[in-house]
Amino acid sequence: MSTLARSHDPSLRSLVEGKEIIVCTGSGGVGKTTTAAVLALEGARLGRKTCVVTIDPAKRLADALGLEGLTNTPSKINGPWPGELWALMLDTKSTFDSLVVKHATDEEQARGILENRFYRNISGALSGTQEYMAMEKLYELHEENDFDLIVVDTPPTRNALDFLEAPRRLTRFLDHRLYRILMAPTRGLVKAMNVAAQVFLRTVSKVVGGEVVEDAIAFFQAFDGMEAGFKDRAQRVLELLSHEDTAFVLVTAPRHDVVAEARFFAEKLREASIPIQALIVNRVHPHFSDASPEATRERARTYAGTDLGNLYENLADFLLVASREEDNLRGLTEIVKPAPVIRVPFLHSDVHDIEGLGVISRHLFG
Amino acid sequence: MDPAQFFATSRVVIVAGKGGVGKTAVSAALARSAALAGLSTLIIEVEGKSGLSTMFGQPPFDYEEVVLSKGGGPTGAADVRARTLTPDDALIEYLEDHGMSRISRRLVHSGAIDMVATAAPGIKDILILGKVKQLERAPAADLIVLDAPAAGHAISFLRSPRGLIDAVRVGPINSQARDVLDMLTDPTRCQVLLVTLPEETPVNELIETAYSLEDEVGVSLGPVVVNGLYPPLPGLDRDPEEAAAEAGAFLHPGEAHSLRAAARFRLDRMALQTEQVERLAQRLPLPQLQLPYVFAADLGPEHIDDLARALTRGIEKLSAIPATNETTESDRDGSRPKGGL
Repeated sequence: MSTLARSHDPSLRSLVEGKEIIVCTGSGGVGKTTTAAVLALEGARLGRKTCVVTIDPAKRLADALGLEGLTNTPSKINGPWPGELWALMLDTKSTFDSLVVKHATDEEQARGILENRFYRNISGALSGTQEYMAMEKLYELHEENDFDLIVVDTPPTRNALDFLEAPRRLTRFLDHRLYRILMAPTRGLVKAMNVAAQVFLRTVSKVVGGEVVEDAIAFFQAFDGMEAGFKDRAQRVLELLSHEDTAFVLVTAPRHDVVAEARFFAEKLREASIPIQALIVNRVHPHFSDASPEATRERARTYAGTDLGNLYENLADFLLVASREEDNLRGLTEIVKPAPVIRVPFLHSDVHDIEGLGVISRHLFG
Repeated sequence: MDPAQFFATSRVVIVAGKGGVGKTAVSAALARSAALAGLSTLIIEVEGKSGLSTMFGQPPFDYEEVVLSKGGGPTGAADVRARTLTPDDALIEYLEDHGMSRISRRLVHSGAIDMVATAAPGIKDILILGKVKQLERAPAADLIVLDAPAAGHAISFLRSPRGLIDAVRVGPINSQARDVLDMLTDPTRCQVLLVTLPEETPVNELIETAYSLEDEVGVSLGPVVVNGLYPPLPGLDRDPEEAAAEAGAFLHPGEAHSLRAAARFRLDRMALQTEQVERLAQRLPLPQLQLPYVFAADLGPEHIDDLARALTRGIEKLSAIPATNETTESDRDGSRPKGGL
């Protein structure tokens, strides 16, 4: 637990100062990874021991953070700040592997699973696995290390709350009828049940081939006895995510389609009773004038064919873009109220070093 | 190159790129450009809620095919049609075609497809690509434009047949995967158009995607579409006061400042865009088709037509790659002409 007093000041700085976990969420390509890194850096500047968990950073940012290749354990980034800054890049597969090892009753059970082809397929590719493992890693870091603040970047999901539902997904998977059918032979269910199962399996085998089904059965048999541990763990991950020391920060861009996705996220989070504590809008166009785009366009028409006409035309274009962006954001800022809305303008270049993070930091924290 | 010839390069064009680069608008413009060149076109959506229907001013569509833009008229354009493909529907169809109709709905509605998909990742992708292949073989249109899942997903999507051939060594899925791979790796049947914005990170990701698609899938890459370039405007480097004096106009207080700041912003962004376009050209030896940034609230049919015409102009400027022996032969055979992609 942080010793800092919990503040109700709805500012971004107070989140970085007082929370233990910040989850950056939003659709892909809106600068989530960079934002997560900036928040973590600010934490270190405020004297906290901070760790940022990134999913898929652009290569140059990864280099800047000292993340060469997948490490899956935090590495320390040295710099002139009073706190500490650590970073790690999520390795989905090895996180899943260590989870299996943790829950297995013995080495033999662990090996049986890790070597199973079906497991190797799902640990890398089951939809939601990456999300699940991001949350698992977050939980592990929170439980086993002494970070004051962990900032986690969520994977770009097609479905808004995959990352929240991911822990539940595996347990649902284990509750699934097909799973129970597959497990029936070892659980000594009545023979009649088994006949139906066999028909079902034969059909599935016909489609995907017998080997896949055999691998799957072998996996579930090896997994037997571990579900309870997994379910329990998933439950605790969910509790951590809805704890009051955890804050969700929604990251978006002002573009129409991206805002629509962000609204969807925001509404889903609200349904799950998880408040958004800050909205960060990246890549906002500047607001060059208070004149209306229409009046400016009219001036452009009046002076069409002259350089002045083109200058007006250009101004009208950007006034239109800016007013459109504000229109796009209006509904979203309403939904996230009273969370602060922080706008970060278009920058001259993409961020790939600590200095660049500092530039964004000035926009976020003033 | 003649647009009709360009679009006859392959029946299937897969449009791929990371989220936010305007993949769907490019798919729409591409389809419309082909339709204007006289080719009937079918757009296939796989993710839903893309806004494609509003771009054509039409109500949303589903698994059932709809007409998005009717052909004919003074332009003599062909129809643009569209439909959505979902793994569930494709699976039901697949099972019914393979004599398993009795179990198909139960299999899908019990959520078992998710289990099956888990057992062999890529199975949902192969169901969709299998259906695309079926539409290609029919053929359902002169040109089939597949609006692929966002990049990252696009790579695993297109890699699915190779993965499945290894994972499922016998049975209908295996043969389906082989058929799909045949289509994907045959440049006369299918090519991928990658879309990007002229910005640093999207360009980097596009280059990576291009190489992994070529190396890992063996798919043929068409021109790269660079979307969202600010159209040039002369006079932006002029001093607003001078330009006003020259035009005999009086500026409102503060106006010179706004005009200058907006002009500088655009010139700066254009310089950055040019830098990225050049970098892309250096790092990736593929021809580029460039599309203008659209300063409009929502893309509608008139914007799609503008973009389609910009694509057509870009295609006309592409040089046809000199015919190899192979192309000359296939040309002589009277089969579909190869472009030069």
